[in-house]
Amino acid sequence: MSVPRSWRNQIPRYRLLGEMCKSCGAIYFPSRPICKCGSTEFEPYKLVEKGTVVTWTVITNPPLGYEKYTPYVVALVELEDGVKILTQIVDIQVDEISKGMKVEAVFRKVKEDGIDGIIQYGYKFRPVID
Amino acid sequence: MRKVKVAGVGLIPVKEYWEKSIQDLFVDASLIAMKDAGIEDIEKIYVSNMCSAQIQEQLNLAAVMTDFLGKPGIPATRIEASSASGGVAFHEAVQAVASGYSNVVLVTGVEKMSDVLPEIITTSLAMAEEQEYTSYTGVTKAGIAAMIHRLYMESYASPEEICMMAVKSHEHAVGCKHAQYPFKMSLERAMSSPMEADPIHIMECSGIGDGAASIILVPSDGEGVEVAGTAISTDYTNIAQRSNLLEMKAIKTAADKAYNMAGIQSSDVDLAEVQDDFTINGILGIEGLGLTKIGEGAKLVNTQEIDKEGRIPINTFGGLKARGNPIGATGIYQLAEITLQLQNKALGHQVEGARIGLAQNMGGMASICAVNVLRRIN
Repeated sequence: MSVPRSWRNQIPRYRLLGEMCKSCGAIYFPSRPICKCGSTEFEPYKLVEKGTVVTWTVITNPPLGYEKYTPYVVALVELEDGVKILTQIVDIQVDEISKGMKVEAVFRKVKEDGIDGIIQYGYKFRPVID
Repeated sequence: MRKVKVAGVGLIPVKEYWEKSIQDLFVDASLIAMKDAGIEDIEKIYVSNMCSAQIQEQLNLAAVMTDFLGKPGIPATRIEASSASGGVAFHEAVQAVASGYSNVVLVTGVEKMSDVLPEIITTSLAMAEEQEYTSYTGVTKAGIAAMIHRLYMESYASPEEICMMAVKSHEHAVGCKHAQYPFKMSLERAMSSPMEADPIHIMECSGIGDGAASIILVPSDGEGVEVAGTAISTDYTNIAQRSNLLEMKAIKTAADKAYNMAGIQSSDVDLAEVQDDFTINGILGIEGLGLTKIGEGAKLVNTQEIDKEGRIPINTFGGLKARGNPIGATGIYQLAEITLQLQNKALGHQVEGARIGLAQNMGGMASICAVNVLRRIN
């Protein structure tokens, strides 16, 4: 992903910052210009950084740029505030993942060596150690 | 609006055409359709394709293809709607004729996937998802389907019951001259194949193939195969935004609109082509079309009801799994196949007495879906 695209996504990706609609309370991550209720008024909303695994898969045939991480888990996580997010789950063997597993956000390298030479960072999630 | 009919169809076998270019495939299928229709003078061309930018590094396909067809000067439009490109292009082509703007429209879908290595295909197909927060996670098209597949398993069906979608499609492809994989595949073989994206096995996914299919549309003269209904719909691209992960709203909405336009109900449909690029997608297609209740799609594909003698024959030439899935061409293959059925030209695949058939063609994880209903009118 190019320099401008990585640059403008820094805050949402690094801080898990989305937006809440001021009119109906719907939460968006990533943010978007118009809510499903029609409102264009939003305020920043910090996602809760803990949640549970709803469903998952193990990627064995990855897109370009993700080869070094294969196999890896991608999951749909429901955060404690009810917001859902797609994310990689790391610090885990692929056969250890399970539904309902408690996970927490972690800042990690996502991808490197793209055409622009950018090392991309962002969120992934990992199991919570109780 | 004017009624629209199919004047001719053209198909080439789905396979790997090492010696041919994407232009060659486009021209081959188009010429077959023009010959079938007995029409030389085309007024408008729609090209449906998804991946030419990544695979051939070629854009401006409308002009390039029209040039190679030997018809520079003719208006042409390229339609890209990821895996739904064909169904959406057909929808647009129908409107061009129905509106009275064009009298003879050629719509040809083409995809030439064997020109690059599979990882480039995987990357290109993942472009159907939003890039900055979905593809960014490293998830693939199969990976998204896999997450839904797992939820479906938890609620409705065993892995084997879902896998039967692929087994059935292969069974139906036997003898099909334009199918890429016209042979049977056992449930055991599919279930023991490696994982593409757990819990989806490789043999539950459509493969990589080259193909082109073409249809010519003209105003109806009250004979032959008419377009009875045509609709497209969209949904949130990111599944995390959807309230019910097992309900593919775009399929249902498009189906309801198309049925309404055709003046029919789902129970009136004689046969259907569904988007079984993954087994779970075929099942969700059947359910979204209302051909069975939500949660009962996998059960249905485990019966003979979807065979050509059954209540609702599905994927009678093998579907995406066995006929093949040249992405941007697939939706046109489906509609050409439905036309052959309604013209009573489906040979060993013929559904006797078929009058109403439909094609369901979707892209992303049903973030866009086209449903086109054809009807034999004489």
